Amino acid sequence: MELKSNIPEGPLEKKWEKYRNDMKLVNPANKRKYKIIVVGSGLAGASAAASMAELGYEVDCFCYQDSPRRAHSIAAQGGINAAKNYHNDGDSVFRLFYDTVKGGDFRAREANVHRLAEVSVNIIDQCVAQGVPFAREYGGLLDNRSFGGAQVSRTFYARGQTGQQLLLGAYQALERQIGLGKVKMHSRHDMQELILVDGVAKGIVTRDMVTGAIESHLAHAVCLATGGYAPVFYLSTNAMGCNTTAIWRAYKKGAAFANPCFTQIHPTCIPITGDHQSKLTLMSESLRNDGRIWVPKKPGDKRPPNDIPEDERDYYLERKYPSFGNLAPRDIASRAAKEACDNGLGVGETGLGVYLDFADSIKRLGMHAIEEKYGNLFEMYERITDENPYKTPMRIYPAAHYTMGGLWVDYNLMSTIPGLFVMGEANFSDHGANRLGASALMQGLADGYFVAPYTVGNYLAGVKPSEHPTTAHAAVQAAEATVKARIEKLLAIKGKRTPTHFHRELGKIMWEHCGMARNEESLKKALELIPKLREEFWSDLLIPGAGDELNQSLEHAARVGDFFELAELMCLDALERRESCGGHFREESQTPDGEAQRDDANFCHVAAWEYQGEGKTPVRHIEPLVFENVHLATRSYK
Amino acid sequence: MSSEKNLNLKLNVWRQKNAQSEGGFETYEAPGISTEMSFLEMLDVVNEDLITKGADPIAFDHDCREGICGACSMVIDGRPHGPKERTTACQLHMRSFNDGDTIAIEPWRAAAFPVQRDLIVDRAAFDRIIAAGGFISAPTGSAQDANSLPVSKQNADLAMDAAACIGCGACVAACPNASAMLFVSAKVSQLALLPQGQPERYIRVRDMVAQMDAEEFGTCTNHGECEAACPKGISVENIARMNRDYLKASLTYRPEATGGGAG
Amino acid sequence: MQTGAGFFGSSIGKKIVMAITGIMLIGFVVVHMIGNLQLYLPAHDGVYALDTYGEFLRTLLHGSGIWIARASLLAAAGLHVWAAVGLTLMNRAARPIGYQQQQYDASTFGSRWMRVSGVVVLAFIIFHLLHLTIGNILPGFEHGKVFHNVVTGFQVPWVSAFYIIAMVALSTHIHHGIWSMLQTLGLSHPRYNGLRNGLATLLTIVVIGGNISFPIAVLTGFVR
Repeated sequence: MELKSNIPEGPLEKKWEKYRNDMKLVNPANKRKYKIIVVGSGLAGASAAASMAELGYEVDCFCYQDSPRRAHSIAAQGGINAAKNYHNDGDSVFRLFYDTVKGGDFRAREANVHRLAEVSVNIIDQCVAQGVPFAREYGGLLDNRSFGGAQVSRTFYARGQTGQQLLLGAYQALERQIGLGKVKMHSRHDMQELILVDGVAKGIVTRDMVTGAIESHLAHAVCLATGGYAPVFYLSTNAMGCNTTAIWRAYKKGAAFANPCFTQIHPTCIPITGDHQSKLTLMSESLRNDGRIWVPKKPGDKRPPNDIPEDERDYYLERKYPSFGNLAPRDIASRAAKEACDNGLGVGETGLGVYLDFADSIKRLGMHAIEEKYGNLFEMYERITDENPYKTPMRIYPAAHYTMGGLWVDYNLMSTIPGLFVMGEANFSDHGANRLGASALMQGLADGYFVAPYTVGNYLAGVKPSEHPTTAHAAVQAAEATVKARIEKLLAIKGKRTPTHFHRELGKIMWEHCGMARNEESLKKALELIPKLREEFWSDLLIPGAGDELNQSLEHAARVGDFFELAELMCLDALERRESCGGHFREESQTPDGEAQRDDANFCHVAAWEYQGEGKTPVRHIEPLVFENVHLATRSYK
Repeated sequence: MSSEKNLNLKLNVWRQKNAQSEGGFETYEAPGISTEMSFLEMLDVVNEDLITKGADPIAFDHDCREGICGACSMVIDGRPHGPKERTTACQLHMRSFNDGDTIAIEPWRAAAFPVQRDLIVDRAAFDRIIAAGGFISAPTGSAQDANSLPVSKQNADLAMDAAACIGCGACVAACPNASAMLFVSAKVSQLALLPQGQPERYIRVRDMVAQMDAEEFGTCTNHGECEAACPKGISVENIARMNRDYLKASLTYRPEATGGGAG
Repeated sequence: MQTGAGFFGSSIGKKIVMAITGIMLIGFVVVHMIGNLQLYLPAHDGVYALDTYGEFLRTLLHGSGIWIARASLLAAAGLHVWAAVGLTLMNRAARPIGYQQQQYDASTFGSRWMRVSGVVVLAFIIFHLLHLTIGNILPGFEHGKVFHNVVTGFQVPWVSAFYIIAMVALSTHIHHGIWSMLQTLGLSHPRYNGLRNGLATLLTIVVIGGNISFPIAVLTGFVR
C-alpha cells in the first residue's frame, strides 16, 4: 500500500490556492449526472451534502438518527476557532495553523492544517449568512473569547450551544436542498457495508432501522462523515449511537486506518456514579478559567471539601504548571487528575474525582459574575448530581471525548480506496495527537463546506457518468449477502448476555489498559483480554426479536461487534508507538519529572494500518511527517 | 454530598410492535432503582432485565443523553419529558420520584407523529416543515464578511433564544390540540429577527405554515402548554411574532408574474 | 398560502378571523352592557331611560342603523362559529389517540373549555333574542317596553339562573379570548404583557359584573 499524500507543490500558504487553480472541473450540465453518497449528517456530512447539491450533484445522505438535525455535532458547547483577527490581538492564519500543529504535538500534516486555518475565516462568514446567532457585542459585531489556553481571542460562540447552532445552520442548508429535490435524505439508516467495484468505492449497503430492510445504494463517489469512535470506551461524552461501523467496514475493505490510538480524554466531565451509568456529561472547558482544581493532600481524606483547610489541599495543576495552572491543555490536565486518583487522593464515593472549586472566584468576582458566566452549566451540574456548585466544589473526572485517529486520507480527503472520501472526525487529518478546544467544529465545517466540494469534484471530473454499476452487479450482491449473513449470525447466537453487557466489559478493558496512560505490559494484557471477550461475545450474545423490525438491541450488538475489532487495532497501534505524544501517553516514554516525551527521531510519522483479513495481524504503514515551516518544539506548559 | 437511595417502582408503559399494530399498556416492576440514575438509565436497567428474560425491550429514542439532541421523547406521568421543568427525559433523574411510585410512560401523541414502535415516533414532519422554508438561502461560498452586517445584541439574543429549540416535539405532545406552532414559530422568529433573514421573511412564514397545516398538526388556541413543556423554555412570544408576520405576509401577498422576463 | 382562499383555509388565517370577529363581539358586549346600565336610571315622566334608549336604537338612521348592526353582528358571530368549527375539526384530527394521563401546567380552565363556554354563550344568545327581542319565550312581553320586559323576565328565577350561568361562561370565554386574540394578532411584548393580561381581567370583571348585576338587582327587588 502506498500512502501518497498528494500535497500540492509550492510554498505552504500557496498550496490550497494552487490546488484550486489546477483542479479539474465538472461541466455544470453534467453535474446532475453524478451521484454522491454522504454518510452522516453532522457538521461535516450536512455541510458537504448541502454544498455539493448546491453545485448541482445528486446527493443521497444517510444518518442513523430520526432526523439529520440530531447528529452529535449538536452537543459541542464551547465554540469554533477562526483566524479573523477581529479583536486586533495579533491573530493570523499562520498563528492558528501553528497553534493547531503544536497543540497536536506535531503529528499532523502541515499542508492540511494550513488549509484548515485558511478556510476557517470563510466558515464564519458562511454561518453568519445562514443565520447562525453567534454572540454579539453591543455594537452589533461578533464577539470572541479565548478558549483552551489560546493566547488570542479567536473563538466564536453561540452561548454554550455553538455546535447546535452551527449544525442547525448546516441542517437547514441541507433541508433546503432536500426540499429542492437535490438531496434525498435517508434517516434511520445504518450503513453496514461499503461496495467496491474493481477496487473503487461505488456505494454502500444500509439497514433500514424501522423495517430492517437491507438496501444497496450506488453512486459515483462515497463520502463518510460518520464521526469518531470514543464509545469504544463504553462510557464517553459521545452520543449513545455514535459508532465506528462505517469507517470500520471501509477499513476492512482496504481503507487504511491512521493513528487509531490517538484519543482525547477530556478533563472536565461529571464523575461516574455507578454501574448503571450510560454516558458521561461534559462540563465546558471554560469552567477552568475561574475554577481551581485540587485534591486533599492526605490519601483517603473523607471530610467534606469545605472542612478541609487550605494548607491540606493540593492545587496540583497550579503547583506543577505555574505558568498555565488550571488552564493546562486537555491531555495534561486529564493525566494529572488520573495520577492524583491513582495515588489515592481522589474524592467522592468512588474515589474517581477531583474538585473544581469556585469559592475563590466567587469571593473575588462576586456570586453574580460567576452566575452570569456559568449559570447554565452550574444548573446542569446540579440537575445531574444534586449538589450545588456555588456552595460545594464540583467534582470532575476525565472522560473519553474525541478521537483524533481515523481513516487515512490524502490532501483530497480521499482514503486509500479511490472514490471513498472521509471528512470530519472520521478522518485522521488535522489534529495530530491532540485536538485543541473549538477546533473540531472548525474542521468538520472546513471539510464539508470548503474542501470536499472541490476535491470530490476534482475526482469526479475523471470519472464518466456512465461508470455506475447496477444493483445486479456481483459485487453489490456479494456486499448485501455479507450484511445479511452477519445479521443472521448475530441473531442466531441466542446466548445469555446482552450487547450492553459486552460493551461495558470491553469499555473497562480499554479504559484500564488503553486509556489516559498506556504501557507495554498493559497493552499486551489488553490484546489478550479483548479477543477472549470477543469470543464470548460471538458465543454468548443474546439479542431478542428479529432482524426485520425496529430492533435496538440488534443495532447495538452490530456496533459492539465492530468496536471489539477496532479496540484491538487501537491497542496494537498504541503498543507500536513507543513514544508519548498528545493524548497518547506511554509511561515508558516520559521525562524525569513525569512529562510526555516525544520521540521525533523514530515516530514523527503517521501510522496507517492495512487490513489483512480475518485473524491476521494488520500491516503498519508509515507516512513520514515533514515540517518545513514550524520548528519541532517540546510542548511545555510549565 | 449526594444522598443516594434505592426506589422500587412500577412502570405502566405503552407497547406497540410497529406502526400497523394496535398498542396497549403493560406493567413492569423496576426494583432497586438508584436515585442517581437518569430516567433513561432506569429504562436501560428495566430493558436489560427484559432481554435476559427473553422479552422485547422497550424501544425508545435517545442519543446524546445530555439534553441537546432532542431525540428522547416520552410522556412521563402525563407530562412530556416528565415532571421537572426545562429538563429532557435524559436529564431527568430518578430522585424526582418516590419509592413505590407507579409511573405512566406514553409516546408523543399526534397524527403527525405516528408511532413506529413502543415510545418511538416518526418526527419527519418537522424536517419537512424546515425544508419548506426554515432556512436562509445562502449557498456555500456566497457569503460576505461576517462583520459586514451588524446585528443589535438584543436581536441576536432573542434570535438565539428562539434558536435554542432542539426539535424534540414536546410542544406538540403537550399541546391539547397537538399543534406545532411553537416549533414553527421558533424558527420563523429566529430568522425574522436577523437582517440576513429579511429577504425571505414573508415567503418563509407562508410556506412553513402551509407545510405545518399539510402535516395535520392541530391549531394554536393559546393554552401555553407548549412553553411550559419546552425543555429549552422557548417563549410563546415567538408565536405572536409569527402570527404578525403571517398576517402581514397574507395582506401584502402579490402573485408572482407569470410572463417571461427580458430574454 | 398563495391566495385569499389559502388564507382562510390556513390554521392561522382562521385564528385571525376568530380574533377579528372576537373583537367585534366583545365590543358589542361592552357597549351592550354600558347601554343596559340605564336600567338603574330613574324614570322621567313615567318613561324609563332604558325604553328611551331602546327607541333611540330602533330609530337610528331612520331605522336602518339597527339592521346594519344586526347584520354585522350576525356575520361576525357566523364567522366566529365557522372558524371555531374548522379549528376544532383540525384539532380533533391532530390527535386521534389521546393520552391515558395528561397533566396541565399552563392552560387555564377558560382556555380548555372555550368550546363548551362558546356553545353555552351561543345557546344563550338565541334564548336572549327570543326572550327580549322577539319576545316569544315568556307571556307578558310588550314590544318597546324594554324595562318592563327585562324586569318581568328576571323575576322568573330560572331565567335569571340561566342568564347568570351564561354570563359565567361568557366571562371565561372572553377572559381567555381577549388575551388569545391579542396573541393571535401578534400583539405580544414582554413589557406590555402584564398590562395585556390585566386588561383582559379588568374588562371581564367590568362587563360580567355589570351584566350579572341586572338579574341580581331585579331578584333582590333593588330594581322593580
